[in-house]
Amino acid sequence: MPQIDQIALTYGSQIFWLLLTFGFTFIVIGLGMFPKIQGTVDARDKRIADDLEAARSANAKADELEESYRVKMEKDRGDAQAVVEASKTKASEAAEKRKTKANSDIATKLAAAEADIKARSAEALKEIEGVSAEVAQDMVAKISGAKVTKAAALKETKAALKHG
Amino acid sequence: MATEEGKIDPMYQFEVQTILEGFSLGGQQIAFTNSAVWMLVAVAGLWVFMLGGMKRELVPGRWQMMVEGFTGFIDNMMEANIGPAGRKYAPYVFSLFMFILFSNVFGLLPVGVLGLHPFTVTSHLTVTGVLAVMSFSIVLIVGFAKHKLHFFSLFIPDGTPLPMIPFIFIVELLSFLVRPFSLALRLFVAMTAGHILLKVLAGFVINSTNAGAGYGVLVGIPSFALMIGISALELLVAVVQAYVFALLTSLYINDAENLH
Repeated sequence: MPQIDQIALTYGSQIFWLLLTFGFTFIVIGLGMFPKIQGTVDARDKRIADDLEAARSANAKADELEESYRVKMEKDRGDAQAVVEASKTKASEAAEKRKTKANSDIATKLAAAEADIKARSAEALKEIEGVSAEVAQDMVAKISGAKVTKAAALKETKAALKHG
Repeated sequence: MATEEGKIDPMYQFEVQTILEGFSLGGQQIAFTNSAVWMLVAVAGLWVFMLGGMKRELVPGRWQMMVEGFTGFIDNMMEANIGPAGRKYAPYVFSLFMFILFSNVFGLLPVGVLGLHPFTVTSHLTVTGVLAVMSFSIVLIVGFAKHKLHFFSLFIPDGTPLPMIPFIFIVELLSFLVRPFSLALRLFVAMTAGHILLKVLAGFVINSTNAGAGYGVLVGIPSFALMIGISALELLVAVVQAYVFALLTSLYINDAENLH
């Protein structure tokens, strides 16, 4: 095995060249390039994370806005509902009041008219009584020749009218 | 690949060959070898790959996405295994992971068809050993710097009955000390075994075909089919071993960082 057979002869040059090449690798590539490349990766990761964070916060903000908009709309709708409700009650109250007033007006008018009708019909009845008493007086005078006082005729007619 | 005529040596691929004599350091010849070439190739490939991730655009292209996939993978692993404190070790574990991954994968490249000899750096115990010792040293340094002598409480699990403590301590200490060896050997053995298997099967294909068309059909074709499957498996092993090395390093660092 040459690795072992030659070891006494070659270890010096092997170690020398290894230290030289690996030293170069460590200093130039390990210490020089590796942190820069890893820094780029870290910067990119950070950038992506920041962008994601910004997007997330923007999203949350939009949600918040939408929520507040929704709440406001809900409130406005509630307000409008209340206004409508209030005006409706007010209108119906007014209508009720007018109706009661109209009803009472009608009732008074009706009462007046009824009273009028009663008075008139009483008057008419009196007139009929008077006329029929006179007629009765005349008829009695013509048929029997008896003289009937007006008061008696009236009394009789009243009784007759009452019996229909 | 043939050391003698007609004989194929599957171990030849692991031989370190001197390209330039280089210089001497403390009695050791520091030569520029094929191993050094492949280390440089792996690092160069890794550097080019990483350069594609340096555009740092907000919306990444395909290449940048790929690089960020690797960095993010290691970063997540550190975060998951160690916690927020683990991120400061991420550059080291990332270097380790990528270096091993590129060495493993480049060692599997079929550059043999271009007349070149691929060489897998991580199939050498010297290389994996140094990497393992590095990781283990970081564990020791962090552990003792952060917890001082309290670090030894790592070897006594919570709720150990008092009479058991000395035995448990020794067992845990041994298992702790074995870590760098297991780390180094695991990678070295996995890479070596797969490459030997591939070369042995390739030798079957060549030798059986040389022995005659009948042998070629009987032995060569099944061997070749097996090679295709094992090559796919080796690609998987190359990635998995790099991952295992990085994962175990992060777990060991977690012990030092958080004790329990």
